[in-house]
Amino acid sequence: MPKLTIDGQEVEVPPGSTVLQACEAAGREIPVFCYHPRLNIAGNCRMCLVEMEKSPKPVASCAMPAADGMVIKTDTPMVHKARKGVLEMLLINHPLDCPICDQGGECDLQDITLFYGPDHSRYQENKRPVTDKYLGPLISTHMTRCIHCTRCIRFINEVAGVEELGAVQRGEHMEITTWVEKALTSEMSGNIVDLCPVGALNSKPYEYKARTWELKKTESIDVMDAVGANIRLDSRGPEVMRVLPRLNEDVNEEWISDKTRFNYDGLKRRRLDVPMTKKEGKLQPTDWRGAFGAIREGLDGVPGQQVGFILGDLVDAETMVLVKELASALGSPNVDCRQDGAKLTSGDRASYLFNTGIGRLEESDAVLLVGANPRWEAPLVNTRLRKRYRQGGFKVGRVGPAFDLTYPVEELGAGPETLTAMIDQGLGSQIAFADVLRAASKPAMIVGPGAYARADGGAVLALAHRFAAAFNIVRPDAGWNGFNILHTAASRVGGLELGLVPGEGGLDVAGMLAAARSGEIKVLFLVGADEVDLSGLEKSFVIYVGSHGDAGAKVADVILPGAAYAEKNATYVNMEGRPQRSKLAIFPPGEAKEDWKIFRALSEVLGHTIPLNALPEVRGRMAELAPTLARIDEVVPAAWTGAIPVGGDVVNQAFAPAIEDFYLTNPIARASGILQECSRLFVDGHDVKATGTHG
Amino acid sequence: MSGHGLPGAPHGEMAPDIESFAFTEANLEHAKVVLAKYPEPRRASAILPLLHVAQAQHGGWLPRAALDYLADFLGMPKIRVYEVASFYDMYNTEPVGRIQVRVCTTTPCWLCGSDDIVRACKDELGCDIGESSADGKFFLREFECLGACANAPVLWIDDEFYEDLSYDDARAIVQALKRGEQPKPGSKKRKASMPEGGKTTLLEPVKPWKRSLDETPKDEAAGEGKGS
Repeated sequence: MPKLTIDGQEVEVPPGSTVLQACEAAGREIPVFCYHPRLNIAGNCRMCLVEMEKSPKPVASCAMPAADGMVIKTDTPMVHKARKGVLEMLLINHPLDCPICDQGGECDLQDITLFYGPDHSRYQENKRPVTDKYLGPLISTHMTRCIHCTRCIRFINEVAGVEELGAVQRGEHMEITTWVEKALTSEMSGNIVDLCPVGALNSKPYEYKARTWELKKTESIDVMDAVGANIRLDSRGPEVMRVLPRLNEDVNEEWISDKTRFNYDGLKRRRLDVPMTKKEGKLQPTDWRGAFGAIREGLDGVPGQQVGFILGDLVDAETMVLVKELASALGSPNVDCRQDGAKLTSGDRASYLFNTGIGRLEESDAVLLVGANPRWEAPLVNTRLRKRYRQGGFKVGRVGPAFDLTYPVEELGAGPETLTAMIDQGLGSQIAFADVLRAASKPAMIVGPGAYARADGGAVLALAHRFAAAFNIVRPDAGWNGFNILHTAASRVGGLELGLVPGEGGLDVAGMLAAARSGEIKVLFLVGADEVDLSGLEKSFVIYVGSHGDAGAKVADVILPGAAYAEKNATYVNMEGRPQRSKLAIFPPGEAKEDWKIFRALSEVLGHTIPLNALPEVRGRMAELAPTLARIDEVVPAAWTGAIPVGGDVVNQAFAPAIEDFYLTNPIARASGILQECSRLFVDGHDVKATGTHG
Repeated sequence: MSGHGLPGAPHGEMAPDIESFAFTEANLEHAKVVLAKYPEPRRASAILPLLHVAQAQHGGWLPRAALDYLADFLGMPKIRVYEVASFYDMYNTEPVGRIQVRVCTTTPCWLCGSDDIVRACKDELGCDIGESSADGKFFLREFECLGACANAPVLWIDDEFYEDLSYDDARAIVQALKRGEQPKPGSKKRKASMPEGGKTTLLEPVKPWKRSLDETPKDEAAGEGKGS
């Protein structure tokens, strides 16, 4: 451990640290532009210069390895003069357009100029003109502002894993660009907007819309997938203006996917803002009393057995508590939170959690993907896997459909028969990868929805458990559980934890829909459930509770407008089993209400008053139902029982992709114009340069 | 792009932009020889020599199709090839005349009269620096130090250096090239960079001496025992 003296203060830093890290350890703030702790070191902005004893010149602290006995000074006239010189150089070609720049108010260059900037410019010549580049529908560019820190290039190459951004020309002519006017095809590309220390890369949809200081900042949780990325919602009045990531090392580090970042315009479109009931075959606006009255009539005389509840992908845990209470009050065993048809069961937590944990994936040395496409199903899990791959000594194998995951993957087979074969012996690459798994000190398998959300999903899960046992994937003695279920919905794990699965004699989602078609189920509650086949439900009375006018609202007889994720204080449980709370950033539009309150009020109208009147009471009940949900931001590890679930027979059929279109997986995303544009461009492949008349 | 080749300038005999590019049979053979110098996982290292081959094949400049072809050929991202090709001055990424006339104007050449050489080229080619001649045959540009300062001023035309030039020498060289002749490369006044007017040192003949591992050279043998 090298020991350094920073401004007379001794610090000890781990080997391999840089002088800059040592300075930070000593509590010194060093101004930087190009340095970023999660990216390779470039050392090209020169802003982090410090004085080092025995060195005739100041050194760039970000690129200088810390060595024993170094004496560093960060606050001397020499350091100040050097940094002032560097900054003056950086400002030579930087335009003075802070008043119209989106970065204004949160700009590194602006902040550092305040401390080191000259009070006037000595530069008489013309500034360098640079044409703006086209990087796709998400990122706008103002390349005259670029100071060539190359953070964006490094992020796109290293973290996002698509080599599409580069610096052409050199010296004063250097420009950041893609391969000739092509949009960046990464689902993580929005992060370069945050990384850009100046206003060269901006969010295109947010451009010129607001100033940072007029935004209200609310800490929240993302619901676009089951990762539970920590986000910050910046809102102004009734509008969410942008979504930014928050730091959480265990979940999303400091990245978020483009779907998370750019879904917010979906919060304003296709909203259900008034209760509606169907009159003469047409949905008509009404008030809450009228809607509840219609439901009471619809439920009149219907036994609990003939009432069903299907919960969608974005439902919060509070709402699920109320749905569970209401279902039991009505005597209905037909409750299911597994909209995608997942054959996961409630109860044994280890059988449905991402047991390894997203952060701990970095410890693993071999991963087998089973019917999983993490790049689309959980982009931040994929980012972790790529991060692990870049550290070396990491092998990934895949059983399932091929997809470019930005790191090399060994293809082992198409369907469950590959797993069976590998347990027995296998062929060719299967044997080789089986050896890799056996030799690995921390092997992991990630079972995706392509494997468990199909008709024989239960059998596939049982097979996966047998595989885990055969390859010693779970090692409780070593504190390692490599058995992971990859979820795609923010609500799923919460639902499983709270036990929103069919009770005794109850029907699952497919069963409920079939029964509703035949008329055996008379009343069907769709709680934000839009991604199931809702055709032919004319015989049943359908109540849709949700925020967006999507598929579910189309078939509904009564619509109860709910709140979207930005509009409520709610609990979401991510795929690791980590409960996290989001806070209300804006109010629901019009008559819309928080979903749990809707069910509370409905229960009273139906004569089964649920005695949960305030959020703390709901959360108290939640803790009774699932004690782990009371431990916010904590992952309570699930005990591995080793029991192999009963699953029936496996059909030897190739695993199919679970997600057809990354950008349009839920009602909010489908309502978002930005994400629709992304879908057209990246999924349908219409790579046409946007003209001036676009958006 | 760096902006040499004025918009609308007549292209004449310049190599046209093309939709697709592929190495000729002979160049493909040559590329294999180049590739053999690098280990397979380091294939991308062959990018510099292969860019030269591609540029020579396409008459002095690299159309985008050629860069794309090389990216696929070497299995590297296209943007990386673009970065390299635009970084080095030796590669032209916009249409230019086939014969590359480069005048060194860095300090030593400038002190020795590179301004005259630039003037000679301009007069003879009828175009300015950074432009191609009207017939599209020549491309004139300034270049940073060519590393032949002892023989300044220097002209670098295609693969040959022309050294110790005067205004008239430079014009004569370009005129010869226009006629399709190949002027004699090297210094106009002397052999290599030896002193003008003959040797000033090492006047006595030196016996060529080749070391054989079997015999000890005399002077070394005599010196034995003196050291250590």
